[in-house]
Order: sequence, then C-alpha cells, then structure tokens
Amino acid sequence: MAKSIGQEFVKGLWEEVPPFRLVLGLCPALAVTKSMANGIGMGLATTFVLFFSNLLVSTLRGVIPPKVRIACFIIVIATFVTMVELLMQAFTYRLFLQLGIFIPLIVVNCVVLGRSEAFAYKRGVLHSMADGLGIGIGFTLALGALGGVRELIGSGTILGHSVFGASFEPFAFMVEAPGAFVGLGLMLAFMNLVGKK
Amino acid sequence: MKDMIKMVVVLTVLAAFSGGLLAAIRDNTIERIENQQLTFVKGPAIKEIMAGSKNDPIADRFKIQVGEEEEKSVFVGVFDGKSAVAIESYGKGYGGDVGVMVGIDLATDKILGLSVTTHAETPGMGAMAKDDPVFAQQFKGMATDKPIMVSNDGGTINAISGATITSRAVSAAATRVAEMYHQKKPEIEQQVQAFK
Repeated sequence: MAKSIGQEFVKGLWEEVPPFRLVLGLCPALAVTKSMANGIGMGLATTFVLFFSNLLVSTLRGVIPPKVRIACFIIVIATFVTMVELLMQAFTYRLFLQLGIFIPLIVVNCVVLGRSEAFAYKRGVLHSMADGLGIGIGFTLALGALGGVRELIGSGTILGHSVFGASFEPFAFMVEAPGAFVGLGLMLAFMNLVGKK
Repeated sequence: MKDMIKMVVVLTVLAAFSGGLLAAIRDNTIERIENQQLTFVKGPAIKEIMAGSKNDPIADRFKIQVGEEEEKSVFVGVFDGKSAVAIESYGKGYGGDVGVMVGIDLATDKILGLSVTTHAETPGMGAMAKDDPVFAQQFKGMATDKPIMVSNDGGTINAISGATITSRAVSAAATRVAEMYHQKKPEIEQQVQAFK
C-alpha cells in the first residue's frame, strides 16, 4: 500500500496522468492546447500550484479542522494561483496573453483540489511534494502532447517552427474547439491501447 | 464550541496571511506588469498610430480623470506642425472585452488611426479586426463628433464578414474614446503643450 517517495512521483507520469487516466482537469486540457507552447505553459503553471498547495496543505494538515478543510484548501490554492497569475503577467506576458482566463481558472481545476483532498491532507509532506510534482509534470506532458498533435495537424508547426513547409495546407479544424475533443479522444484511445495488459 | 473557535481562527489566519502575501507580491510586480502591457500590447498599437512622430509617444504620456474613478492614460505624439493623442477604450466583443487604441488629431478632431490591442475573439473571424489592416484603415480620418457605427446600424464602417459583433465592439470603443476626448479636450490640450 504505502509507496516510496519515488513511486509517488513516478505514478503521476503514466499510471495516474491526470487528463487521460484520472480524466480530471479536462477543461484546461481542451481549451488551451491549441499549440504545444500553450499546453506546456499551462501545465507548468498548474505544476507550480499543485506542488505548493500540496506542500502547504500537508504541512498544515494537523491544524486544519476537517469541517472547514475544503475552504482552507481553496484559500491555499487561490493564493498560489493568483501568485502565478501576477508573476506570469510580470515576466512571461506573451504566454499570459495566450492563456488568459484559464490561469485564474486553475483555482477550480479539480486536479489541484483533488490532490489536496485525496492525498496531501492525509499524507506526509515529502510524499505530498512528490505527488504534486509528479502529477503536475504528468499534466504538463499530457497537455504538451495534446497541444503538439493539434498544432502539428492544425497549423503544420511544432512550437512555432514550420514542419511540413509551405505546401502544407493546415487542417484548421484541429485547432478549433471540436478538434480538441477529437484530439483528446484519440489520445485516450491510444493510452488505453498501449496500457492494455 | 472549541471546534467552532478553532475553525474561525484557522480560516481567519489563513485568509489574512494569504491576503497579505498577495498584496505584497502585487505591490512588487505592478510596475513590471504595466511595462509589459505597454511593450507587448499597447506599445505596438501606439507606434502604429503615431508613425512618423518626432517624440516617443509611449514615454510621453499623462493621465486624465474620466468619470468617478477611472484614470485613463493619454499618449502624446508630436508631429511637424501638429500633435495627436492616443487613448484606449473597450467594447463588448464576442469573447469578452475588445481593447482599442484610438489616435485623434488635436487640430482637426479627426481619427488619426486605430488599432486593436487586447481581445479574445475567434481566430480567423473576429480576430481579423486586429489581423486585417483594411478594417482599421476605415476609421482613419473619421469625424469624432458623432457616434461611429457599422453599416448595419446606420453607420459607415463595413463590418468584417462573419464578425459583426466584433466590428460593433471596435466601433463602440472608438465612440467612447471620442466622447472622452471631447469631454476632456481643454485639459488634454493644456497637458499636451508640455510635450511640444
């Protein structure tokens, strides 16, 4: 039952990768993955929030009364999200313009609240940090992969670099909202195919 | 009862601490954020409008009080023999507020140029307001004493096809800037003197 800190970290990368295995946090996964850079940026912002909220929640778990735990989690999470938002505006303004409204919406990302409730509130600080980091990086990789596929097909580029040359006619459907669902569906199918025992 | 007090204390302390922390971060980043906005969003728009000015219109700016609380930045461009101001306003678009920077010639009261700054409109549709220079060109030289409207509403602006709402938003923002300009014209003229 009890996993080592390393195992807690690794599980987020494949076994419990949020959008595909836990099927959580789909709103940002669908909305911001128009390009690979956006997906990774969103993932890193979420990782930051996950790591520090897990850290703080597990540190304070002896102090937070069970009856108001959710309220406390939300305060902790909202604080870190606002922090990320301000820092992004100050240092990576271009990315902030792209991600826009989805940064403040990390507050209600169920991956973050889910990890606080299901993991950090019950476990030690080191395990919680590993869990937050692992799940966050898994989330980043998943969003990066989905964004990469959509960008490649929808705009013919990867991270803004042209791949197919000028003769490629982009399949713009993939960077529109419906393309996000199709892309996610295909990724889920792929994950199930590969992960099948 | 003891539980109650503990809940209240924990929540209060946590909230107060978070609030203080965020206020500190905000205080330390606010200047940087304003600069970033100027460089990435407003800057290019102002430079486009004030092309050919003798001064730096981004550095030469002042603030005016509009309405109760709102403070607006006014960017000043000095040309040979004339000067202009650029003010930003917002209109309600399809995906939220559409920010529009409008330059007005101080001598003729006519629009010198217009450029979309921030928006969240659909790529290929409403976003054309920013991407397609032909749309913004239409506003050049328009009078500012009457409301600016798209042709569907009885005005003269040809809306972007498939993006009437965005076109309306840009027109409404331009009208709003024109209103502010006329309302505050004496003050603006006086302030502009300092940059000549």
